[in-house]
Amino acid sequence: MRQHDKDLHPSAKVPSVREEKLTEGRESVGVALQSALVHSIGAEPLRRMLYYMMLTRELENRIERKLYRQGKIVGGVYVGRGQEAISVGSCTLTRPQDVVCPSHRDMAAFLIRGMTPPRILAQYMGRRDGYTRGRDGNMHMGDLKLHVISFVSMLADNVPVAAGVGLAFKMRKEDRVVLCYFGDGATSRGDWHEGLNFASVEKLPVVYICNNNQFAYSTPVQLQMAVENVADRAPAYGMLGEIVDGNDVLAVYDATRRAIERARAGLGPTLLECKTFRMTGHSAHDDASYVSREVFEEWERKDPISRYQRVLLQEEIISQEKIDAMQRQVIEEIDQAVDWAESSPYPEPEDCLRGVYYEDDE
Amino acid sequence: MSPTTYLEAIRQGIWEEMERDERVFILGEDVGIYGGAFKVTEGMLERFGAHRVIDTPISESAIVGAAIGAAYMGLRPIAEMQFIDFISCAFDQITNFAAKSRYRWGAGVPMVIRGPSGGGVHGGPFHSQNPEMYFVHTPGLKVVAPSTAYDAKGLIKAAIRDEDPVIYLEHKFLYRRVKEELPQDDYTVPIGKAVIRRPGRDLVVLTYGAMVYIAMEAASELVKEGIDLEVIDLRSLLPLDKETILESVRRNNKVFVLHEDTRTGGIAGEIAAVICEEAFEYLDGPVLRVTALDTPVPYSPPLEEFFLPKVPDVLKTARMLASY
Amino acid sequence: MPTKTQLHELYYWMQLTRILEEKLVALYRTGKVVGGVYTGRGQEAIAIGTAYALEKDDLLAPMIRNLGSLLVRGFCPEDALAQYLARATSPTRGRDCNLHMGDLGKGVIAPISMLGALIPVMAGAALAVKIQKKRSVALTYIGDGGTSTTDFHEGLNFAAVRKVPLVLVIENNGWAYSTPVARQTANPEFVIRAQAYGVAGFQVDGNDVLAVYEAACKAMDHARQGNGPVLIEAKTMRMRGHAEHDDAWYVPRDEIEHWKTRDPVDRFERYLRETGSMSEEERNTILRRINGEVDRAAELAEQGPLPSGEDAAGGVYHETT
Repeated sequence: MRQHDKDLHPSAKVPSVREEKLTEGRESVGVALQSALVHSIGAEPLRRMLYYMMLTRELENRIERKLYRQGKIVGGVYVGRGQEAISVGSCTLTRPQDVVCPSHRDMAAFLIRGMTPPRILAQYMGRRDGYTRGRDGNMHMGDLKLHVISFVSMLADNVPVAAGVGLAFKMRKEDRVVLCYFGDGATSRGDWHEGLNFASVEKLPVVYICNNNQFAYSTPVQLQMAVENVADRAPAYGMLGEIVDGNDVLAVYDATRRAIERARAGLGPTLLECKTFRMTGHSAHDDASYVSREVFEEWERKDPISRYQRVLLQEEIISQEKIDAMQRQVIEEIDQAVDWAESSPYPEPEDCLRGVYYEDDE
Repeated sequence: MSPTTYLEAIRQGIWEEMERDERVFILGEDVGIYGGAFKVTEGMLERFGAHRVIDTPISESAIVGAAIGAAYMGLRPIAEMQFIDFISCAFDQITNFAAKSRYRWGAGVPMVIRGPSGGGVHGGPFHSQNPEMYFVHTPGLKVVAPSTAYDAKGLIKAAIRDEDPVIYLEHKFLYRRVKEELPQDDYTVPIGKAVIRRPGRDLVVLTYGAMVYIAMEAASELVKEGIDLEVIDLRSLLPLDKETILESVRRNNKVFVLHEDTRTGGIAGEIAAVICEEAFEYLDGPVLRVTALDTPVPYSPPLEEFFLPKVPDVLKTARMLASY
Repeated sequence: MPTKTQLHELYYWMQLTRILEEKLVALYRTGKVVGGVYTGRGQEAIAIGTAYALEKDDLLAPMIRNLGSLLVRGFCPEDALAQYLARATSPTRGRDCNLHMGDLGKGVIAPISMLGALIPVMAGAALAVKIQKKRSVALTYIGDGGTSTTDFHEGLNFAAVRKVPLVLVIENNGWAYSTPVARQTANPEFVIRAQAYGVAGFQVDGNDVLAVYEAACKAMDHARQGNGPVLIEAKTMRMRGHAEHDDAWYVPRDEIEHWKTRDPVDRFERYLRETGSMSEEERNTILRRINGEVDRAAELAEQGPLPSGEDAAGGVYHETT
């Protein structure tokens, strides 16, 4: 049109947000990089990561496949089988004073922060020694002393809450970061949008980690959003977005390390999209009949634990005997945890009335 | 000393708390450079800086969510809703995240959500509402609604110092219309305590917010007819000061409730139930109510006038009750 | 390219909006308006360029600065005046204020004060269009501030997933009350949001009515053909305060001065003159007509009665007559 001013661009112009690359599409870390990473991380942390992946798997298997079927669990069970690399690879990098806001498929984040299998099992069984004393169930647990914030069923509600945590750090000029986890389904909620936008405007030290397991209950990701990647949304917020192979714990570690560095440097939040697959139903009652066998089989081959074990064996970080011993240790640990949880009493009925408001004896 | 307006009292209360306690900060739309749509936060940006007076995007859910996160980290956030009507946009964060947090996992959420409520200024259906009962029905929250400058200041301070989330409703009709001399010294008004505004011997009206003034005006009319009306200002709706209510019912034996909120599901019904449960034998007449109509708040002056409870409505109910 | 008649119509709508808003401000200053007055001064090209591109059966949901859209879609000046004067003769019979009016018969859905709320609603209207296999489109607007809301995100995402014929115009006027765009978003290029939702996006000079019209036609074609929603970012400037009570002291003067030079009404008039599309006489005829219409409408509106109090009680639910 004739009357446009020179400095306005009338057509569909898509300027880049920042000079840096906005999405670094990468399926997983390459072999050379993998070796370099392995050596930079060091043997002990690498083995610790494997331990937490295996502990998570065993704990969740026990809950979903045994205790739930035995009728010992009160209510529903939501596990992150096949997604363990995400919470392990990221949460491993937190320092004691950092904060995590996990969701329901991030069991390892709770464990790494110091929440224990016995009390987690007691939580699932509605017992007095569960983290919520029987007031709330399953993964709805937190512990401020361990800097773990409990989420609620309204998914993505923790996104602005994490921004608020980051805001407190920024206000007090503390060198602390927040890791906030959510799924692909949560990204459709307004709280996700408001929270990310606010965090980006304020340049808060938050790492937003999307567990894109491709299903929200029965809703596949293509009915959740009309874009291919959650990370594609980052530029809209002037935020760095990155796509990560969520079944490669080293790739998650690598991406999270960079995101945390940016957060600590005051460069604001990062959106990490960890692509993975939910190797179970939405909940233990759901047989996921809407997902084809072939898809499950395909993802079974990408199982993050066996994949990581192969890397560690190949890099000679651990031996097969050590892995077997670790597995035995994990089983024993969970056996004991189950016994402990089952011996925990139910809460006293009258306890129902307490703790709605602040009480002096707290 | 010149008298302090209700609005200025709120501002002073926040200001003094921010001076007293560096954990206190405020966030909301236009609270910084603009000083708030009603100027409650005027001058705070200059005094306390952009780190403690935070202009946010138009994101009520993020405002409240971020306040929760900051409260977990030991801060004392004050979240402003530009008009309290917009609190609906943050309903989920308030009722699900904040209110249940302490009960669920022992993590208290000391924060204040405040904003201008109420009608009488022709604000129409979206700038006049009284949303208190959505929150009075939510265990874990506290809800206060001051009617005087003294209480406005004392209650905002108490709300900021409280360990639990407090919804603080400021009546915008009162912002610049009521004023009084305030004490120089620091004081708070306890949450959960009603106050007798006018002692009486014949019957008692329980009310709060701007309706306190309607009740007082009615009382001075009624006294000419030989009816001595006691006026109780509830100040807190959750928790409710049952003790003061029941004590007055036992003395006066006749009671009605006056509120600007709409009728069905208003606090009058709850109060009537409490009185029936705990002081039925003291009653010499039915528990009546004078309330707004069960409609959205209409805009045009004659409609809004008709909608809101007025002095004649109070007189009519009081006379009817007195005749029992 | 619009015909000469269309150009004249566009000019008429632009000036009608401008002059009617000036009348509203004048009434506000004499204390006749109940409540505040929110104008779209300097943004007329967006409302008119987009609404003018609508077809007969299309749907519209305007916002507070879209008086022009309402006029183009069949509301008359008296409706707006009566609304602002709180009269019984207004479309909401005095129940709601300012431009909070709608008429399903005209395909116009009334806004509420909660910004963004119209987007999921119009996504739903567009969904109905799709289910009913009609060829209508749904048009609505949001400001730069409103993009930060829950409803913006949920509404646009839903529309994108369902590929419904929604045209959403982001009217980026630089300010949300006292909040500048830089504090609203970390990426001021709102058109980028189209990529975040997987919809088509256009960025347009919002002070150029022909550019807006052209972009709107393209967007509506795209939506009508089943290609899903379109996001249009129209860059403009709020030339007054948030409402008339607000003198916008916080807006840098040079920003206002800069934008004054690209006033959309002046620019369009200059264009019409320079291209020989409108003679001085034609212009004067149009302006005379508008002034007559607005004056008469104001008189009628002022003569309209206030509602009776009892009318407050009715109409909350369906009433059988």
